[in-house]
Amino acid sequence: MTRTVRPCGDTGLLVELDTLPEVLALHAALAAAPPDGVVDLVPAARTVLLRVRSAADLATVADDVRTREPASTADRETDGEVTEIAVTYDGEDLDDVVAHTGLAREEVVAAHTGQVWTVAFAGFTPGFGYLASDGDDRLHVPRRSSSRTRVPAGAVGLAGEFSGIYPRESPGGWQLIGRTDHVLWDLDRDPPAVLVPGARIRFRAT
Amino acid sequence: MNRLTVTATGPLTTIQDVTGRPGRADLGVGVSGAADRAALRLANRLVGNDEGAAGLEATLGGLAFRVTTTSLVAVTGAPAPVRIGGRPGDLHRAVVVPAGSKVRLGTPSCGLRSYVAVRGGLAVDPVLGSRATDTVAGLGPPVVATGDELPVGPPPSSPVPAVDVAPEATGATLRVVLGPRHDWFADDAVAAFLRTTWTVTDDANRVGFRLDGPELTRAPGHGGAELPSEGVIRGSVQVPPSGRPTVFLADHPVTGGYPVIGVVLDADTDRAGQLRPGSAVRFRRVSVPPVGRT
Repeated sequence: MTRTVRPCGDTGLLVELDTLPEVLALHAALAAAPPDGVVDLVPAARTVLLRVRSAADLATVADDVRTREPASTADRETDGEVTEIAVTYDGEDLDDVVAHTGLAREEVVAAHTGQVWTVAFAGFTPGFGYLASDGDDRLHVPRRSSSRTRVPAGAVGLAGEFSGIYPRESPGGWQLIGRTDHVLWDLDRDPPAVLVPGARIRFRAT
Repeated sequence: MNRLTVTATGPLTTIQDVTGRPGRADLGVGVSGAADRAALRLANRLVGNDEGAAGLEATLGGLAFRVTTTSLVAVTGAPAPVRIGGRPGDLHRAVVVPAGSKVRLGTPSCGLRSYVAVRGGLAVDPVLGSRATDTVAGLGPPVVATGDELPVGPPPSSPVPAVDVAPEATGATLRVVLGPRHDWFADDAVAAFLRTTWTVTDDANRVGFRLDGPELTRAPGHGGAELPSEGVIRGSVQVPPSGRPTVFLADHPVTGGYPVIGVVLDADTDRAGQLRPGSAVRFRRVSVPPVGRT
C-alpha cells in the first residue's frame, strides 16, 4: 500500500491512496481521532484532503497521516445500522444501464437491492453521498455522455463505481435508474445529511 | 430592534461572516464566508464587533440602506464612494449614521467587493453555525433584495476602538504553492503558469474566476486522462481540459474533477476575492514549510 502526501497550499494536505477501501479505512481512523489542527476532512475516490488551521500545523499533521494505522473493516462495520431506502425503479436510463452491463432490468434491480452500500464520501452538493458497493462490480457504468440540466430531487443514479441519490433538484450526468421519497437533507436534523461518510444503505424496491 | 432597510442592492449583495461553515465538508458543505475575510474582519473591528459578526458583502457597489436607529457603520474592502444622508462619508472608519439616514455605496474605483459592518452585527438566523450565504449550496440567508429588513443585533460589550489600521492595498501577485497535481502538466506549462500575466475573465463569481492566457497543456500520459474527483480548498487553481485555469474562492465546490496545478496561499485568497474582470494577475511560486518531522 502506498500513501503519497501532496501539498495543497499552506493550509492543506492531499493524501493519495491506491484504492477506495484504503481511503475509507484511513478516513475512518482520522475522523475518529483527528490530528490536532485539522479543521476539515474531505475523503474522495482515491484521496483524503486534510484542511488545517494554519501552515504551522502541516508538519505534524503530515507525520501523523503517514504513519496512521487505518481503521479495520471490522471496526467500521460494527458501528452503525443499515438505513433502508425505498426506491421505485423506473429511471429514464435503465435501458442504457441494461445495455452497458448486459444484465436484464430485473437483474439490475436485484444487484442494486442485493447489497449493502457504504457512503464513501460526500461532495457535489450538500447531502450528496457517493455510495460504494460491497465488491459487486456488475453495476459499474460510465456517466451519461451529456449531462442533464435538471435532475429531480430523489433521483437514484449510477456513475463509475458509485451509486448516488440527488438530495435536491440540480444538474447531473449520472445514469438514472429510479427515484425515492426519502428525505436526504434536512436542516432541522443533526447532522442534516443521511448519507454521511461511513453510513450504510440498503435499497428496497417498491 | 435596529434594522437596515435595503433600498438598492447593486449587482449582488449577500450577508457574509468571516468563519463560514468549516468542518462540514464530509456532508458536502463548503466553507463559504466573505470572499475578502480581511476586509470584513477590519470592518467589524472598526465598529467594535466580534470578529465573527455578520456584515454585508456588496459586489461592485450599488448598495443602499436606511438605519432605523442611530448606528455605527464601517465600509471596507473595494473603495466604493460612500454617502451618508447625502453627504460624502469615509471609508475604513467607523461613522455614526443618524436614525432614518441613508447609506449609499457608489461604484468602487478598483477592487470588486466592499464590506459593511454595523455595530451589533446582522442578526439573521444562522444556518449550520454561520450567517454566510453560500450561493452555490443554497445555504444561509437568501441573497439580499430591495425591500429587505435586516435585523441588527444588540451592541457588543466590547468598546469601539479609538484607532485602527486599514491594511495597505497590494498588487495582484498571488503567492502559490505548486501541486497537488502540477505533475499532470508539461514542464513548459508549469513555467508558463508562473511566467504569464493572466487576465481575469468575466466568468467570475463567489465560486471563483476563470483566467485568460496561454493554454496549459497536459504532460504526456495525462492527455486524455480523467482525475477521480478529489477535495479542493479555497485558492486552488484548477485547470479544465480547455487549459485555462480557474481560481476557487469562498463558495467553491467541496470536490473537483480537474487537476489543481497550484494553490494560492490562504492569506492571499482575500486579495483574489477583490479581482474584477479585466484585472491582471500573476502567480509567484513559494514553498510551504518543509513537510517533515519537527
